[in-house]
Amino acid sequence: MKKYQVAKRPGAGLANSGIWLALAACCVFLSSCGEKPAEPAKPAAEGAAPIAKKKIVVGFSQIGAESGWRAANTESIQSEAKKRGIELKFSDAQQKQENQINALRSFIAQGVDVIAFSPVIVSGWEPVLQDIKKAGIPVVLTDRAVDAKDDSLYATFIGSDFIEEGHRAGEWLAKATGGKAMIAELVGTPGSAPAIDRKKGFEDVLAKNPGMKIIKSQSGDFTRTKGKEVMEAFLKSPEAKQITALYAHNDDMALGAIQAIEEAGLKPGKDILIVSIDGVKGAFQAMADGKLNCTVECNPLIGPQLFDAVEALMAKKTLPKHTGVLESVYEQSQAKDALPTRKY
Amino acid sequence: MRADRFQKQPARWWSSLIWPLTGLALLLLFNLFFTKGFFHLEIRDGHLYGSLVDIINRGAPVMILALGMTLVIATGGVDLSVGAVMAIAGTVAAELINNPKVPFPAVILAALAVAVAAGCWNGLLVTLFRVQPLVATLVLMVGGRGVAQLITNGQQIYFEDPRLVFVGNGHLLGLPFPALLSLGMLLLTAVLTRKTAIGLFIESVGDNQTASAFAGVNARTVKFLVYTFSGLCAGLAGLIDTSNIKSVDANKIGLSLELDAILAVVVGGTALTGGRFYLVGAIVGALFIRTLTTTMYALNVKSDVAPVPKALAIIAVCLLQSPAFRRRVAGWWAARKS
Repeated sequence: MKKYQVAKRPGAGLANSGIWLALAACCVFLSSCGEKPAEPAKPAAEGAAPIAKKKIVVGFSQIGAESGWRAANTESIQSEAKKRGIELKFSDAQQKQENQINALRSFIAQGVDVIAFSPVIVSGWEPVLQDIKKAGIPVVLTDRAVDAKDDSLYATFIGSDFIEEGHRAGEWLAKATGGKAMIAELVGTPGSAPAIDRKKGFEDVLAKNPGMKIIKSQSGDFTRTKGKEVMEAFLKSPEAKQITALYAHNDDMALGAIQAIEEAGLKPGKDILIVSIDGVKGAFQAMADGKLNCTVECNPLIGPQLFDAVEALMAKKTLPKHTGVLESVYEQSQAKDALPTRKY
Repeated sequence: MRADRFQKQPARWWSSLIWPLTGLALLLLFNLFFTKGFFHLEIRDGHLYGSLVDIINRGAPVMILALGMTLVIATGGVDLSVGAVMAIAGTVAAELINNPKVPFPAVILAALAVAVAAGCWNGLLVTLFRVQPLVATLVLMVGGRGVAQLITNGQQIYFEDPRLVFVGNGHLLGLPFPALLSLGMLLLTAVLTRKTAIGLFIESVGDNQTASAFAGVNARTVKFLVYTFSGLCAGLAGLIDTSNIKSVDANKIGLSLELDAILAVVVGGTALTGGRFYLVGAIVGALFIRTLTTTMYALNVKSDVAPVPKALAIIAVCLLQSPAFRRRVAGWWAARKS
């Protein structure tokens, strides 16, 4: 996993002195003030001692609160901002891209220092990212990537490698079934990065295991309601009897599907092996109860990494384009021990 | 349009049902040929099991919403807030059920009471302050979800209480409880509106408010009542939806179901301009929409393209409903023959 060099917090000081000196520079070089107030002052700031502490302001646009995972993600970011004394402007997009674009534009208008966001879907971000770039505000993507050709539009992407998660889920299933499985798949929200990549990673493993086949695939929109509804339909299809395994793109859909499987008089975790992704507490409970077989962790607690990156950006450091997150794969045998330590 | 009503005798109640029923029948016929096992029913674990049961079960929230919505639309209004009210009722129930001190009936009553209060709020805005129904209910549609988020603190709440789980998953006499609930609500609404004068008042207010005012109908009271009733229906739908997945997510529960409910009402033959309303039509409309969704699942239509065939089917039924369209088609037909 790639790691960037973390600046030991001189970022805030530098920025502060930069602004104070910019003010001073404005007084002296009135003519240059109108166009680029901060620019001429920056080189001078290097040697100067911090004068006063000004808060870093970060605008963060969250997708919503669609799952326990997301709630933990939000909580990690909010508490870490508080701990570091960074002012966080938090905006909830309620699953809508237009809300998110509005939030990003309002962050530009408010002149925040860094903008961070988890894009709802991968496409359609270029115009607003161009505007942010013009405003000179660095962008950190969290959790989900965007589909932009020009990668100078964002500073870094901190998040899990969804393809890798799909891989791990596939490999676990291949090992558990000896490479023989008829799989039903619950896909995430169509067009979202995790749905596309988790499918791709999983299918890469299937390509190597001719005995494993996806016989049913449908979107459950990452929600429990839809996960249940779609699984009900799967279990009534003519192929229902062949299904030996379920791959759900997130735990919530798997938990919904478990209910549907139970209602159909089958035993989830035994009659149908279930592997899902995220590692939320509910999934660990289900594993402890023997109803879920495996969950591939997708760690939401990225607050510390996010603000490390923000501080590094304020110190004018360049970051690698992708920063990975620490995660692992959990099986039923580990569930009971891990359950009390799960934060989300 | 109005003149039509006087020239022709008002249609019998079932004649307006013909078109939505035709739509539903065609859809079922399609499934009979193209979807294997669609009509397969069996008894599993002592209750009915099959795709048709799923349709009625999962369609229950929209059916119940559509009942309240029908009455609101009959007065010439619309209630956009039902999805958000579902979320509020669901979160209230989930929040209280995890508190062992609160007795179960109080949980249900509290959830429904909050929903009724939300309906009253809409009613007050529309009647007392004369806010356009679209705007008045939009306020709660946007704000209501925020209220629900406040209650849950943005977290999902899980519960296992068997009594609350029963509401959305239980079976009575082998029949799914949500289906029985919607049938009960249909009967209740039908009796309230058809066996008392209130149904006539609703239609008269929707048809011509001024004329009904001269006839002594208090339009304000009538409107206030229908919004309150719509709130109650939304609360019940929220309980079913929450109970169904044993958890509540303020952001997702009932999301955009208000549109499904309005669609069900329109497919059912009630005009958005108000006046005559058809309760059974709305139920058929809701079943039609749900059958479409289940058909898409059964045929494995990818969910990113599924809205297209769904929209086409709904447009077809709406065209069938439209007298102007039918006249035109009949005209063309006659012209071709001659």
